[in-house]
Amino acid sequence: MVNYIWVVMTLIGLGFAMVNGTMAEVNEAVFNGAKEAVTLCIGLISILVFWLGMMRIAEDSGLLVKLSKLFKPLVSRLFPEVPSNHPAMGYILSNMIANMFGLGNAATPLGIKAMEELKELNDGKKEASRSMITFLAINTASITLIPTTVIAIRMNYDSANPTDIVGPTLVATAVSAVAAIFIDRYFYYRRSKKG
Amino acid sequence: MEIVSAISLWFIPVMIAFILIYGTYRKVPTYESFVEGGKEGIKMAVSIIPFLVGMMVAIAVFRASGALDLMVDFLRPGLAKVGIPAEIVPLALIRPISGTAALGITSDLISVYGPDSFIGTLAATLQGSTDTTFYVLTVYFGAVGIKKMGDALKVGLLADAVAIITAVVVVTFMFG
Repeated sequence: MVNYIWVVMTLIGLGFAMVNGTMAEVNEAVFNGAKEAVTLCIGLISILVFWLGMMRIAEDSGLLVKLSKLFKPLVSRLFPEVPSNHPAMGYILSNMIANMFGLGNAATPLGIKAMEELKELNDGKKEASRSMITFLAINTASITLIPTTVIAIRMNYDSANPTDIVGPTLVATAVSAVAAIFIDRYFYYRRSKKG
Repeated sequence: MEIVSAISLWFIPVMIAFILIYGTYRKVPTYESFVEGGKEGIKMAVSIIPFLVGMMVAIAVFRASGALDLMVDFLRPGLAKVGIPAEIVPLALIRPISGTAALGITSDLISVYGPDSFIGTLAATLQGSTDTTFYVLTVYFGAVGIKKMGDALKVGLLADAVAIITAVVVVTFMFG
C-alpha cells in the first residue's frame, strides 16, 4: 500500500507542477528533499547511539526482565486466555517493555515469538484468536515512555526544549492505550454475543 | 500542566541515573555494554536513510508543486470546526501504514512549521504516540501464517483514530 501512496503522491505533485507552472520549485524540491533526509539521519545518529547504548546496559543488568515481572499481574489480566506461566506471556511482556523504551527493532522479533506462542495456544488455527487481537491493539497504541527519534528530530531543527515532547506523548499514549483496550474488549463482547 | 512539564524535564535524567546505578550494582561492564549497544544506533540511523530520502522527496515535490496547499485548503473549513489543523492530515493518513514514511512527513512538518509550533508539536506527539497498525498486522500475522484477521484491522485502525484525536486534544490543551 505504501508503494501506491508514494507513487501517487509524487505523480500528483509532478502533474500539478506541469499545469501550475511550479516546475522550478519541484526541481529544487527533489534535491532539497533528499539532502534534508540525509542530514536528518546523520543528526539522528547521536541520540540513537546514546539511547541504544543506555538500553543495552538496562538489558545486560536484567533491568528489563525485572520491569516485565513488575507488569505481569496487570498484563495477565488483559490476556485471560493465556496461562500466566506460559512462554507467550513472557514474550508479550518483553515486547511491550521494548516498545515502551523505543526499541522498535528489538520489539519486532519478540512480538513475532509472542504471536507464534499465541497461535500454538489457539491449536495452530489460521485465524486470529482473541489474545492475538488484544496483543495487536496494545502494539498499535504503543505505550511509549521516551520517543527517542522524535526528540532527535526536534533537536535537529533547534527546538528550544526538545524533551518538552515527553509529557504530551506520555499522556497521549496512555489515553490511547486505554482506549485501545476498551475498543478491543467491545469487539470481543460483540463477537461472543453473536456466538 | 506544570507536572507534565516537570516530568518532561526530569524523566530522562532520572532514568539515565537509575540505569547506571542499577548496572553498576549488578556488576555489568557498563561502559562496554554502552558501546556495544551504541553501535546498533549507528546501524539504525544509517538504515533509515533510503526510507527517509524516498518519502521526503515525495512530500517535498507534493508540497512544492502546490498540490499540498490545495488539498489542505480544501480540507481546512471542515476540520477547523472540530479544531484539527488540516496540515496534519497527510501525517494522520500515513501513520498507520508506514512508520518510516510517517517519520519523513513528521520531519517535513517540523522543518516547515518549526519544532515548537503548534503543528510541529502535534506532529511530534502523533509520531511518538501511535504505531504502525498495518506494519504490525502484516509482519506479526504474516510471520506466523494467520490468514483470517478477524476484528484485528478494525480494532487497530479505531485505536489509531482515537490516538490521533487524543494527540490533538492533549496538544491543544497544553500548547494551544
